[in-house]
Amino acid sequence: MSLTREQIAARIAQELQDGFYVNLGIGIPTLVANYVPEGMEVMLQSENGLLGMGQFPTEEEVDADLINAGKQTVTMATGASLFSSAESFAMIRGGHVDLTVLGAFEVDVSGNIASWMIPGKLIKGMGGAMDLVAGADNIIVTMMHADKKGNSKLLDSCTLPLTGAQCIKKVVTDLAVLEIKDGAFHLLERAPGVSVGEIIEKTAGKLVVPDDVPEMKC
Amino acid sequence: MAGFNKVVTSYDEALAGLTDDMTLMVGGFGLCGIPENLIIKMRDLGVKGLTCISNNAGVDDFGLGLLLQKKQISRIYASYVGENALFEQQMLSGELDVILTPQGTLAEKIRAGGAGIPAFFTATGYGTPVADGKETREIDGRHYVLEPSLTADFALIKAWKADTMGNLIFRNTAMNFNPMMATAGKITVVEVEEIVPAGELDPNFIHTPGIYVDRVIKGTFEKRIEQRTVREG
Repeated sequence: MSLTREQIAARIAQELQDGFYVNLGIGIPTLVANYVPEGMEVMLQSENGLLGMGQFPTEEEVDADLINAGKQTVTMATGASLFSSAESFAMIRGGHVDLTVLGAFEVDVSGNIASWMIPGKLIKGMGGAMDLVAGADNIIVTMMHADKKGNSKLLDSCTLPLTGAQCIKKVVTDLAVLEIKDGAFHLLERAPGVSVGEIIEKTAGKLVVPDDVPEMKC
Repeated sequence: MAGFNKVVTSYDEALAGLTDDMTLMVGGFGLCGIPENLIIKMRDLGVKGLTCISNNAGVDDFGLGLLLQKKQISRIYASYVGENALFEQQMLSGELDVILTPQGTLAEKIRAGGAGIPAFFTATGYGTPVADGKETREIDGRHYVLEPSLTADFALIKAWKADTMGNLIFRNTAMNFNPMMATAGKITVVEVEEIVPAGELDPNFIHTPGIYVDRVIKGTFEKRIEQRTVREG
């Protein structure tokens, strides 16, 4: 069975480490915050100028001056700090954020990522995604392995305009966990009940499959 | 006005000298921390042909969306414009020239502009359409794009508190682009919730020193929320 969005988020949460500063993108990445392991402390960075993002506010706590990068009302966690957008991207560009999780339309075997623009469709803008992928050393891309028509989103070469070049090393999909190195996807784990054959079939880019591919624990 | 007193009491005074075809920086992230009354005044003044530098473009009926309604903006630098249908129409029809800029690069272009730095190298956007036509350079094995800085005729920003000398304090995430923009406008106009006498703000906690600020006006704010998201209490 392919993973649900929640299961993908739970699997990514296993990559968190105690004391990590983490930036979570919009969509599945946001859900990762719900699966931080018990007893572990992580600080969430929101690129509009907040380090230490808390949970959503109660109706009484709602503050128009306190939002996240998705423009949702939020609260601050204990030990939070506030700063300008320039300071926020100094943290990001300067490599001070320990882990970045973001979605994508396509990734390829060279670690290129396309996530912001589909020619011919409405262009909304890249927001902070280009800065995040250029600045972070430790990035996890999360996406569905294939689109609704079954076309693979893991390619030899991205077809859409890039968000960043040669910057992605790890991908978690609804079918698999993969590492990108040496010009290929390397299959690390498969979703419970998903066959290696199905992953091979749905991976258009060069794929290296070891003899034993363990099932994910999520 | 006398000496270092930056306070003005009308929006006409606040925007005196703003004319057609000027370049403006407008603070805020989404609708958070935008100078909402200064924008309304610009709409009422009817100035046209504006170049706006702002992270977003407001929504259809609030923020910079008000200026889009009246087709007062001809060019905009922004990182994300997803919440505005008018924007889409004007972009597709070619009435609006849109320069999509990565958010961190936009912030740094403004910071650099205010700090007297004409351009800087950043890895952001290398190998993407953002780098098209720009100088690139390899430094210590990494590729970088040369990004020119930005300044403006007017910077219109929103702060929480000011003193009469234009020292500013921002509140929560309403800070965002405002402090850098304050430094990068030839004329910086600040709209605030409260003005206190000089000497009342603790100098240790001033975010933007008054040297960057030309005019301060006290406003009343709607503070519209784009995505009200709550949990059960």
